[in-house]
Amino acid sequence: MADTALDQSLDHHAAAVAARRHFLTRLVIYGLLVVFAAIYLIPLLVVVLNSFRDQQEIARNGLISLPRSFRLEAWGQAWSSYCIGGTCEGMQRNFYNSLKMTIPATFISTVIGAMNGYILSKWRFRGSEALFTCMLLGVFIPGQISLMPWAFILGNLGLSNSTYGLILIHVIQGISFTTLFCRNYYVSIPDDLIKAARIDGAGFWRIFRKIILPLSSPILIVTVIWQFTGIWNEYLFGVVFTSGQQQPITAALVALTASGTNVRAYDVMSAAVLIGALPPLLIYLFGGKYFVRGLTQGAIK
Amino acid sequence: MSNHQLIPSAQTPARPWRERLGSAVPLLVLGPSLVASFVYVFVFTGWTLYISLSNSSLLPTYGFVGLDNYASLWANRRWNIAYDNLFLFSGFYIVGSMAVGLLLAILIDQRVRGEAAWRTIFLYPLAVSFIVTGTVWSWLYNPTDGIQAMVRGLGWTSFSFALASDRHYAIYAVIITGVWQASGFAMALFLAGLRSVDQDLVKAAQIDGASTFRIYRKVLLPTIAPIFLAVAVIQIQFAIKTFDLVAALTKGGPGISTTFPAIYVYDLMFQRGQIAEGAAAAIMMLAAVAVVLLPYSFWVVWRRRKEAGHG
Repeated sequence: MADTALDQSLDHHAAAVAARRHFLTRLVIYGLLVVFAAIYLIPLLVVVLNSFRDQQEIARNGLISLPRSFRLEAWGQAWSSYCIGGTCEGMQRNFYNSLKMTIPATFISTVIGAMNGYILSKWRFRGSEALFTCMLLGVFIPGQISLMPWAFILGNLGLSNSTYGLILIHVIQGISFTTLFCRNYYVSIPDDLIKAARIDGAGFWRIFRKIILPLSSPILIVTVIWQFTGIWNEYLFGVVFTSGQQQPITAALVALTASGTNVRAYDVMSAAVLIGALPPLLIYLFGGKYFVRGLTQGAIK
Repeated sequence: MSNHQLIPSAQTPARPWRERLGSAVPLLVLGPSLVASFVYVFVFTGWTLYISLSNSSLLPTYGFVGLDNYASLWANRRWNIAYDNLFLFSGFYIVGSMAVGLLLAILIDQRVRGEAAWRTIFLYPLAVSFIVTGTVWSWLYNPTDGIQAMVRGLGWTSFSFALASDRHYAIYAVIITGVWQASGFAMALFLAGLRSVDQDLVKAAQIDGASTFRIYRKVLLPTIAPIFLAVAVIQIQFAIKTFDLVAALTKGGPGISTTFPAIYVYDLMFQRGQIAEGAAAAIMMLAAVAVVLLPYSFWVVWRRRKEAGHG
């Protein structure tokens, strides 16, 4: 940038030197980017390739080598027939468990967050800011603090070792985040809009439906993506409060990779890892903009 | 019942009653979340705190033993290793991911082609769980199948790379994987920061003949200094809560060399049935988070007030 400004005042020779320097700088920039991109992509590439390689070939040539075989069986096995801890049904049940947990928990926590955010920004009352601050504390508390209380509560509700128990945990935990996201977004909607609507006789729900909701899609997408990936990828509560067939996919993956007997079935494990990684990866690829927005908002606020 | 109410409400105007109900709606809707958050934040913390002061073992019992559990926690060699690991990991993890993240952000900031593609590549590890990352990297670190095997296969037969299976170096395997996962996050925040800097400042420096390097060092980076702090604070929080990554990557091993506080809590509570000491360890984790976050939040509030004060 600085170079172009100076070019005009320099003679031809100096311009050539500057051009060469510019070329070298670009070379270094792209060179570094390519190196880092390789470091980031190679682990993914290794897993993808190995999920299609023959197990014997992996054992012979190692994990990181060019494939000399191509087969799809590992995916089928990982999905429906591989044995984890005595049951031979692959990951499908755990995949459904994760879906059954993630979708309701995401939906409920997002709806509650939107309502809370709406109230805490547009229907403030004395002390509402202080209450908001208290809710925020939930974002920072390590999950380990809540393990014992949750164990007690889930036990008493009869929700131990069930997807519903995990939904409850993720909803309560998620409220802090979703409220934070929505509240900070709704604050930027002008209060005059709400006042005008109230003068026209619109009430709490009508204002939400007619004014707030139509303006909400960006923040709702951010919140849903954030919650979905977070809950899908969660491990601690899954491994503590469920076992065997009830486990979400993260916990099942750990069980699967730990259960290797003598020959490690890298082909099946690679496919299983990809099955576990695919939903959040797809969301990231298609909603990347919103994903990043959630990340930076969640971080800076 | 409905008849009884119909008559008076027909006489007195309906509005005050409805209005009063109307003004209670927000509180009614907010109420359950407030109660849930209050329980989650205060009751749960108080509960765990109390267990940490009790003589519970396999199940919660409420005989008060004061700070005994904390004393035995800090006398435990494994907890001390966990704590040392946390410091070592936090330091390298934060500095490493911020350095790589800043480098990537500056590279991408040079008007490169295909910016979106580069960003997508560097950020995708954040979408994937620590379990997936840890599992895959544990394979790469595996000496008989992973990186070491590959390099030996190329002909360098004495090459040795067995980080994760050496108790002295396994923690660095965790660090490298952590940096790999988190650099993209730092990059995204730095890039957002660099883009938000007033372009007039940059132009003024360019007119003064400052080199690109100097502009970054003297203008851009000082302007985004608060972002450095924000990234560091978030990363420290992640570091303190590190659990999944280690569980999938090394399972705390070899031996107990990569134990972390979160792993220790899990082991004591659910593997060894020593929930009181486990609770004490969980409280120490909370204390660590508070030590980082409280000063930071005060500083943020103070800075906002100051900015507001200056108009």
